[in-house]
Amino acid sequence: MAEKKVRFVIERQDSANDKPYIQEFDVDYRPGLNVVAALMEIQKNPVTVDGKRVPPVVWECNCLEKVCGACMMVINGKARQACCALVDEIDQPIKLQPARTFPVIRDLLIDRTRMFEALKKIQGWIELDGSFESKDAPIQNPYTAQTAYEISHCMTCGCCLEACPNVGPQSDFIGPAPTVQAYLFNLHPLGKFDAPKRLNALMEKGGITSCGNSQNCVEVCPKSIKLTTYLAQLNRDVNIQALKNIFDN
Amino acid sequence: MAKDMTKKKIIIVGGGISGLLATIKVCELGGEVDLFSYCPVKRSHSLCAQGGINACMDTKGEHDSIYEHFDDTVYGGDFLADQLAVKGMVEAAPKLIKMFDRMGVPFTRTAEGTLDLRNFGGQKNKRTCFAGSTTGQQILYALDEQVRRWEVKGAVKKYEFWEFVKIIKNKEGICRGIVAQSMNTMEIKAFKGDTVILATGGPGQVFGRCTASTICNGSAVSAVYQQGAEIANPEFIQIHPTAIPGSDKNRLMSEACRGEGGRVWVWRNNPETGERERWYFLEDMYPAYGNLVPRDVASRAIFKVCEHMKLGIDGEHRVYLDLSHIDGDYLKRKLGGILEMYSEFVGKDPREVPMEIFPSVHYSMGGIWVDRLHNTNIPGLMASGECDYQYHGANRLGANSLLSAAYSGTVSGPEAMKWAKTGNKGSELTDAEMEAARQEVQNEYDKILQMNGSENAHKLHHEMGDLMYKYVAIERDNNGLDQGLIELKKLLKRWDDIGITDRGNVANQEAMFVRQLRNMILYAMAITKGARMRDESRGAHAKIVLENGQRKHDKDGELVFMGRDDERFMKVTIVNYDEKTEEPIISYRDFDHSLIKPRARNYAVAKKE
Repeated sequence: MAEKKVRFVIERQDSANDKPYIQEFDVDYRPGLNVVAALMEIQKNPVTVDGKRVPPVVWECNCLEKVCGACMMVINGKARQACCALVDEIDQPIKLQPARTFPVIRDLLIDRTRMFEALKKIQGWIELDGSFESKDAPIQNPYTAQTAYEISHCMTCGCCLEACPNVGPQSDFIGPAPTVQAYLFNLHPLGKFDAPKRLNALMEKGGITSCGNSQNCVEVCPKSIKLTTYLAQLNRDVNIQALKNIFDN
Repeated sequence: MAKDMTKKKIIIVGGGISGLLATIKVCELGGEVDLFSYCPVKRSHSLCAQGGINACMDTKGEHDSIYEHFDDTVYGGDFLADQLAVKGMVEAAPKLIKMFDRMGVPFTRTAEGTLDLRNFGGQKNKRTCFAGSTTGQQILYALDEQVRRWEVKGAVKKYEFWEFVKIIKNKEGICRGIVAQSMNTMEIKAFKGDTVILATGGPGQVFGRCTASTICNGSAVSAVYQQGAEIANPEFIQIHPTAIPGSDKNRLMSEACRGEGGRVWVWRNNPETGERERWYFLEDMYPAYGNLVPRDVASRAIFKVCEHMKLGIDGEHRVYLDLSHIDGDYLKRKLGGILEMYSEFVGKDPREVPMEIFPSVHYSMGGIWVDRLHNTNIPGLMASGECDYQYHGANRLGANSLLSAAYSGTVSGPEAMKWAKTGNKGSELTDAEMEAARQEVQNEYDKILQMNGSENAHKLHHEMGDLMYKYVAIERDNNGLDQGLIELKKLLKRWDDIGITDRGNVANQEAMFVRQLRNMILYAMAITKGARMRDESRGAHAKIVLENGQRKHDKDGELVFMGRDDERFMKVTIVNYDEKTEEPIISYRDFDHSLIKPRARNYAVAKKE
C-alpha cells in the first residue's frame, strides 16, 4: 500500500536580498502531524518532489506548544503558529510563506526586532525600585488581575502585525500587540504611576492614531486576546490624557 | 560621553529566568551585561513551566513553614541535595514572590485579592503560587520587561540569535571570555568578560522527544565540560509522569492538573471480584499522597502499569489523567492555558473526556558542578539555573524549578560582580589570544561545512533519543547501560560521516545543528556513565538488580530494584572529560547534609520528620 503523503509548497528565499522561489516537498502522513513536525521531517530528508537534494528549509521554532511565539508563518495565506497547525485541519497542498510584514532573513525565518523595539517605546515595564524585598506587594482586584493575565499572554509572535492593513511601509504604526501591552502595565497598581508616560508615547507618530480599526488583529490572535477591545479602551485613555495635557499646560 | 572603562562586564549566556535575574542583579550593582541567547530572550524555555512556583506564603491557614518546604525538598530529592544550598533557596522564596508580584507577574488571586496557592506533588500543604497554568511564561515576561528597561538605560547589550560556542581561558586557566557565532550572519566573534555565567538550561534534546524546547540541547554545558568544567549528577534525569506523547515533542500536562484534583487511572479487572473497574492506581499504591506523589514515583508507577502489567489504554503506553469530574469553569480559571493546549493538539476537551498521557523526559537535576555561590571549578566561569546541578538532589519537586531558576540568578549575578571586582582574574586576554580562540572555532566550523559523508545529523539525533529512552530512562540496569555506552560511542564515530547539504553563510541551521549534536552525544555519554557507575536506586535513578546476567524478579514476579545505598552513594557524582578517549571519568564528592538526617523515603505513608 502506498503511504499517504502530505504535499508542502514552500516559498523559499536564500537571503534577505535574494528573490523568492517555490519548492515542493512530500512528507509521510501520520495522525497528529503538524507543520513544524513536517518541517522536521524535511530536515531529515531534504529532497524535493522532483528528487532534488536541497538545503533543508530554515525556520524558527522553540517550544512547539504555542507559548513561545517563534514559529509564526503564513500557512495557506493566514498568519499563525506552525506548531499547532495540524495537517488534518488544513487544506492540502499546504502552502508555507514567511510573514513578509517583517524583513525575511532566509526562507521562513523573519526578523521581528521591530516588535521588541516597540515595547521600549511604550515603556512596557513596571518602574521597580529594585529586585530586592522592599515591602509587600499591593493587593489587586482579582477581576482586574484576570484581565491583566489575558493580555500578558501576548507572545510577540506578530500574527496581528502581519494581518493588520495599517502595519507596513505606508505607515509607522507599531502594531496592535505592542500597543495593547501599554494597557497591561497601566492596569497594574504600581504600573499605573507611569500611565501618562505610556499614553503620551501612544500619541506620538506610529501610536494609536495609526490604528485604522480594521479588526483583523483580534481574528488572528492565537492567544484570543481581545485586542480591539483594549485598543478601544486605550484610545479613550489616550484622548483623556490629551485633554489633561491641555489643561495641565 | 566617554565610555566608563572601569565598569565591569559580565557575559551571561542564556536568557531564561535565571539568566535574566542574574542580568538584573548585575545591572543593579553597576555592572554591564552582554547577554547571549539562541532566541529573543522572551522566547526562552522558562516559559514552558506551567504549574507554579513554590514558596511558603502560608496564607491558607495550614501553618505551612519554611522548614516544611526545606524538608519536603530534601526528602523529595532523596537526600542528595546540598542542604545549606536548599535552605538558602526556601528561605528566599517568599521574598522572591513578593518581588515578582511588584514586578507585575499576574499571579492568580483569591477573592480578597491576595495570591492564591495550590497543591503540588510531594507536599502536603498548599505552597504553590501560580499564574493560571502559564506561570513560567508570566515570570519570564516580567523579567524580560525589566531587562528591557536596563537595555534602554544602556547597561545591557543583547546578542539574540547568537550561539555560545566555547569559553576563552587566559594562560592561568581563568575564564575571561567566550567565542560565539551569529546564527543569522554566521559571523564568529570573541568577546571579553570579567565573569562568564552560563544559564543555558537543560539537556532535554539529548533524549530527542521530551517536554523541552528545541533549544534545550545541553550543547553549551557539554562545550565547557570538554574544556574542563565538571558535570555533577548527570544521571538524575526527571521523567515527568504526565505528558501528551507526540512524534515531534511530548507536551507537558502540568502537575497542577493533579494539584487541582486530577486523578490517574486505567481500566482493569478487579483482582477479587473480576469486575471491570477504573483503577486509580496511584491512590491505591500510595494512600498518603495519592495522585500527588513526587514525579519519579508517579512515573515508575505508570510505567509499571503499562509495561509490566499491560494495563495501558488499548494495551499501549498511555493512562488516563482525569479532570472531567471537576467543574468546568473552575478548570478554565485555574488551568485554562494547558486545557486549551490539549484540545488544540489532541482535538478533545479535557473538561469532558479524560486526557491520555504518558511519562516523558522533562528536567535534569544534574548539570555543571557549582559551589553554593554558583562558581564552577573553572575560575571566572559560573553556572546558574537548570544547567547547574544545585538544589534538587536525586529528584526535583514540582514547582521548585521556577524557584531554583529565579533564586540561582539572584545568587550568581551578585557573585559574578564580586569576582569581577575582587577575584584573582590573572592576566588580560591579549588580542592574539582572542583571535586564536576565534580562529579555532572558525576552523572547526569550516570543517563542518565541508562534511560530505552519508549520515544525516537529524536522523542520528533521532537514533540517539531512541537509545537514551531505551537504556537510560525510567528503569535502568547495568546490561542496558553498558550497551547504551557502546552504542553512543558508535554514534560518535558515525558523526564523523555526516554529510550536509547546506554550505551557505546565511542562517545555516544545519551546520550549527551538526556542531550541537556532537556536544549532545558527549553529554549523553556522561549521563549514561554516571548511571552505570551508581549502583543503587535513588530518586529518579532506579536500577534493577541483575542475577546471572538477567533482570531479577521476586517470588510474585515483581522486578527487584537496588535499594538506596547511603554508605557508598550519598555522594555527588562528578564527571570529568578525558580529552584522549573523549570519555567521561567518574568520581564522587561529599556534600553538605548536616541539617536533616537521611531517612527512608516512602510516600505510601505520611512523612515523618
